[in-house]
Amino acid sequence: MDSIFVEIFSVLYQFGDVFAFLILSAAGLAIVFGMMGVINMAHGEFIMCGAYVTVGLVHGGFPLPLAQACAVIAAGLIGVMVEVGIVRKFYARPLDSLLATWGLSLVVTQGMLILVGSSVQGIGTPPGSFMVGEYTFSVYRLVLFAGAVAALALIYVIFMRTRFGIYARATMQNPRMAQALGVKVGTIYAVSFGIGAALAGFCGALYAPTMTLIPTMGATFIVESFVTVVVGGANVLLGTAPAGILLAAVRTSLNAWAGQIIGQIGMLVAVIIIIRLLPEGISGFLTRFHR
Amino acid sequence: MELRRSLLVFAGAASVAAMLAAPAMAADPIKIGLLEDVSGDLALMGKPKLNGSLLAVEEINKAGGIMGRQIELIHLDPQGDNARYQEFARRLTGKDKVDVLIGGITSASREAVRPIMDRTTILYIYTNQYEGGVCDAGMISNGAVPEQQFSTLIPYMVEKFGKKVYVIAADYNFGQLSAEWNRMILKDLGGTVVGEEFIPLGVSQFAQTIQNIQKAKPDWILTINVGAAQDSFFEQAAAAKLNLPMGSSIKIMLGFEHKRFAPPALNNMHAVANWFEEIDTPQANDFKKRWHAKFPNETYINDMGYNAYTAVYQYKQLVEAAKSTKLADLRKVIATGKACIEAPEGQICIDPKSQHTSHRMRLIAVDAKHNVKVVKDYGVIQPYWLGQIGCDLTKKNDQKQYSPSDLPKK
Repeated sequence: MDSIFVEIFSVLYQFGDVFAFLILSAAGLAIVFGMMGVINMAHGEFIMCGAYVTVGLVHGGFPLPLAQACAVIAAGLIGVMVEVGIVRKFYARPLDSLLATWGLSLVVTQGMLILVGSSVQGIGTPPGSFMVGEYTFSVYRLVLFAGAVAALALIYVIFMRTRFGIYARATMQNPRMAQALGVKVGTIYAVSFGIGAALAGFCGALYAPTMTLIPTMGATFIVESFVTVVVGGANVLLGTAPAGILLAAVRTSLNAWAGQIIGQIGMLVAVIIIIRLLPEGISGFLTRFHR
Repeated sequence: MELRRSLLVFAGAASVAAMLAAPAMAADPIKIGLLEDVSGDLALMGKPKLNGSLLAVEEINKAGGIMGRQIELIHLDPQGDNARYQEFARRLTGKDKVDVLIGGITSASREAVRPIMDRTTILYIYTNQYEGGVCDAGMISNGAVPEQQFSTLIPYMVEKFGKKVYVIAADYNFGQLSAEWNRMILKDLGGTVVGEEFIPLGVSQFAQTIQNIQKAKPDWILTINVGAAQDSFFEQAAAAKLNLPMGSSIKIMLGFEHKRFAPPALNNMHAVANWFEEIDTPQANDFKKRWHAKFPNETYINDMGYNAYTAVYQYKQLVEAAKSTKLADLRKVIATGKACIEAPEGQICIDPKSQHTSHRMRLIAVDAKHNVKVVKDYGVIQPYWLGQIGCDLTKKNDQKQYSPSDLPKK
């Protein structure tokens, strides 16, 4: 009886861990790519920015949570600047925005390599572990899961429960009509992109203590973030969370059954199948179903 | 643009001055082609390799070059991309007409470059420790190989910690072949592999792996995971209080994980190496001083950087003994068995049969504060395995990579 409980808990823990990785990787991109339609190839670099700021501040004596909060704000502000300086020029040319942000990503990773060197010393995961049966688990992984849920809740509150959210959704749907009704479309775009960047920074800040810190670290999140967003579809609120649950379920079970290689292959095969059957992603399907 | 950025032609001021002062002496420089990743995921390890080459070239040029000829180092940055390795190897051998090609980090990059070099008569020096087994007259390997690393490490770990081993390995030729070596050595010792997990390169999340390890209850873990992303394993395992002894052929001296992660993530890690920065001998300390004087920001002088440095000196010794840069003449020197140099680790020699290098091997262990101490000194170990299984480059050029499960036909 006990051992069944242990196994169930461990499966849930693993599921939560994969889910957190998918959702945190994808949350920022879901807004920037999912809602705004900007293919942001520099998404990983916003994640790296969050991680580097966190680690830099912790080395400078800040407590971890404060450093993480500062990292989120820093990534968000840089996001606003990138929107105003670069992305704004490309709304009518989505494929060019892909190229522009990819260029930005190359400049940033190489620039960081030159400026801060090929690696930064890690800060160590906050201590704390607990035992269930024969397994020991890190408490911090539960913090990551809580962070993922919080990110989803935050997106819900911002875009469904605030005036800004209504303006933002109106702008994404029909910018000209929104502008005619007095919405400051430019500001909405800049702030939305900033929120996306801040969420990417949040991902980096949360994972910073658990990972190797190198300028190209953002790349390890990129595949997961894009597949989650693409499977989720255009509507962040209806799409990203179910996509995270679905892909995490596939990956966790395959990971446990046949190891990480099969887990990764299986997840990508699942993505291909889902996109083939639901070209508009889960949210597209749910919206149609609802109608 | 990309090429121009990554093209770094090194010609020291000393060499220019020497040429201007004595035009009669100005023989053509000896061109060394160098392929090292200084951007991309492997920059972390490629940068010390480039620095090692730069330091050796500078020292040799200052001391009068090789047979009075200055060295011109032509470095290209393949950015961790094996297709670029091939393109640049063709370019360096075909267009730049280098006298020797040095470099490559992963075994995948070496195997990408080797067939191209086999079609030329230009020597290729691979400067990493690796899974062993390459029997190719066109290549010299100056890094440590499994008979120097695993045949020492695994018996020690089994004796000290126990017979049950869990292996986490990167899923490409290095990881697969190293795991094979482990199985073979362990079998002779009566040990068992209680779990073996191959991880795709780039994977950074290990919660499931950690749990699998706890379930399998090994006595120790063999960690031959590769790359910055996979190194996250150590931090995550420490956070989950895995607390198991670890052994590896690449950690500490190569990836300096003990300098990159906060203690105690690498606690109880063991490795066998010919070089690690903590070596404390007069020759090693002198070498470290010169290195840090030239590159004050270097986090750690890793074994790859050290090998890259000694490779240039090994080449110098070969050329000066052969009085030629031709591969056939250099190989005649190797065949005598006297292709030796005094390196910072001590004397190292190239084995005529396999063209691999003998090394003084030491077993190191890391404590909870990430201090490194030498646990055992094995003395000089020859790269004997290839010769034992029937590779003899003085007689026959196999141009093949063997492994314990893929031996030459008798």
